[in-house]
Amino acid sequence: MKKAIGRFLAGRLQTKKYMNKKKIDSLENAEDMKKDLLILGIETSCDETAAAVVCGGRTVLSNVIYSQIDLHTLYGGVVPEIASRKHIEKIDQVIEQALKEADKKLEEIDAIAVTYGPGLVGALLVGVSAAKAISYAAKIPLVGVHHIEGHISANFIENPDLEPPFLCLVVSGGHSHLVFVKAYGEYEILGRTRDDAAGEAYDKVARAIGLGYPGGPKIDKIAKEGNPEAIHFPRAKVENSNFDFSFSGLKSSVLNYLNGMKMKEEPVHIPDVAASFQKAVVDVLVDHSMAALKEYHINKFAIAGGVASNSAIREAFVQACKKSEIEFYYPSPVYCTDNAAMIAVAGYYDFKKGMTSGLDLNAVANLKLGER
Amino acid sequence: MKILALDSSGLVASVAIAEDDKLISEYTVQYKKTHSQTLLPMLDEVSKMIELEIESIDLIAIAKGPGSFTGLRIGAATAKGLAFATKKPIIGIPTIEGLAYQLYGATQIICPIMDARRGQVYTGLYQFQPEKNEEHEQFRFMLKEIKEQCTLQIEEIIEEINQANKSVMFTGDGIPVFESRIAELIRVPYSFAPLHRNRQSAAAVAALAFEYYKEGKITKSSEFHPEYLRLSQAERERKEKLSQNADR
Repeated sequence: MKKAIGRFLAGRLQTKKYMNKKKIDSLENAEDMKKDLLILGIETSCDETAAAVVCGGRTVLSNVIYSQIDLHTLYGGVVPEIASRKHIEKIDQVIEQALKEADKKLEEIDAIAVTYGPGLVGALLVGVSAAKAISYAAKIPLVGVHHIEGHISANFIENPDLEPPFLCLVVSGGHSHLVFVKAYGEYEILGRTRDDAAGEAYDKVARAIGLGYPGGPKIDKIAKEGNPEAIHFPRAKVENSNFDFSFSGLKSSVLNYLNGMKMKEEPVHIPDVAASFQKAVVDVLVDHSMAALKEYHINKFAIAGGVASNSAIREAFVQACKKSEIEFYYPSPVYCTDNAAMIAVAGYYDFKKGMTSGLDLNAVANLKLGER
Repeated sequence: MKILALDSSGLVASVAIAEDDKLISEYTVQYKKTHSQTLLPMLDEVSKMIELEIESIDLIAIAKGPGSFTGLRIGAATAKGLAFATKKPIIGIPTIEGLAYQLYGATQIICPIMDARRGQVYTGLYQFQPEKNEEHEQFRFMLKEIKEQCTLQIEEIIEEINQANKSVMFTGDGIPVFESRIAELIRVPYSFAPLHRNRQSAAAVAALAFEYYKEGKITKSSEFHPEYLRLSQAERERKEKLSQNADR
């Protein structure tokens, strides 16, 4: 183990390709690296400052999340500069807390996994810079992790039997992706949003009907009192693609409906609008996912991302998967939101494959999934 | 006493290691690459060169601001990471003071100016005062702060210098931006610091850190955060809106 790390450090600033190869050699030689690796995860891509310790890629020993949501509510959305300023105040406190709760010392950590994209670049840089400095000073290998890869990996935490291949729908404030997880760390994006992410549409509609930020949970809650069939909003199809999403048309349609009612001076029943809007989102997500499962002959399906904790979306997938005899997986709400445990899990599988990052690791705001 | 100093507050990325009155190493780069890609690789390179055991560092010194918001945070996050892993404290040095300290012994008023955009500068006013040793002829120059670091319109700081009616030396990356404005408005003799003294330097941060340490100005790393001297745009706009509403 020590030797492996020594060799790793000797080569850390060389080209990644070379480093990876070398790392694989040493990994294969080190029996004890194969089990119970301790990964410290760090996540600062948006408005949560988070750190976690995960053992063996599946067992979460600690999962500390400092949420800044109250700060941003004042502004009706995440303000990047404010998020970054909060991250720098909290980053080491959160890391310290994660180690303390896991009852582990920094010296016991085998690798540090950090989100380096996609996300807000200033926010990402706080986590990346801190992770690199700790990696350097404590001589612990560093693994740069893709944020979406993290969300997908959140499903491994509570489902010990889940292994690739499976299909995963990632829905959050910034992302709507339909991803074919072929093997650990191997992804093919089958569908993505052409405009707004699902969570973005939720936020915009919530603002329009006076519910405020964050839109997802608020619409989900009030929709329970409404009739999802009351208003028919369009289910957008994207030309030349069976699996891509488009939510901006739906959002406009809701806004038009609200304007129309205002012009006619008719009262708007907010719960009905919320329920009908939510139904339109859910229908599209379910349709696309089911079609992809069928076309690719996949019998396992998972959801991930902040919007994945939405109760209507979960319920719809439970039903749809039951009907098509698909095994359905979803993380608890705490692992749907941005968290560092999922980053540690993704980092674990990357690290086991011999993928590590150098001290010149940079934050990449628009990092593509499957790109390194 | 060994200090590791960092400055990534502006265009320069700078790393220095100093022990007592010796500068073991300083590595400064002013190039287009982002600090996030340069700062730690630079430290790594220097460490190898001087066979630095990171555990031998007693404290981490960092230019705490003002400066580029992102640059300050890259530096602060790096300092915090190093401090966390080594369990060492942090000393935050005001960036403007770090700039001024490089002109040790200057007889003029020293006016560092950093381009803060929107016609503004991060600035301050300093003067070195000779202090004579009681027993022998040795002098020591103490850096006296005439005006604490702040954000001002370039015209405002020039006006203050004119009021003081003493000759002045400017330093910092605000010079190329405001050179002609200074020439236009200033009414006292003035000069600009030469290239080896006109940008941030981690060695100056380290040197000041020894002084700060003597005065007990150290921070627990978890309590350290940058000093921006400017609100975020969103906070500024919100404040303006609130005060407008209050005026109504």
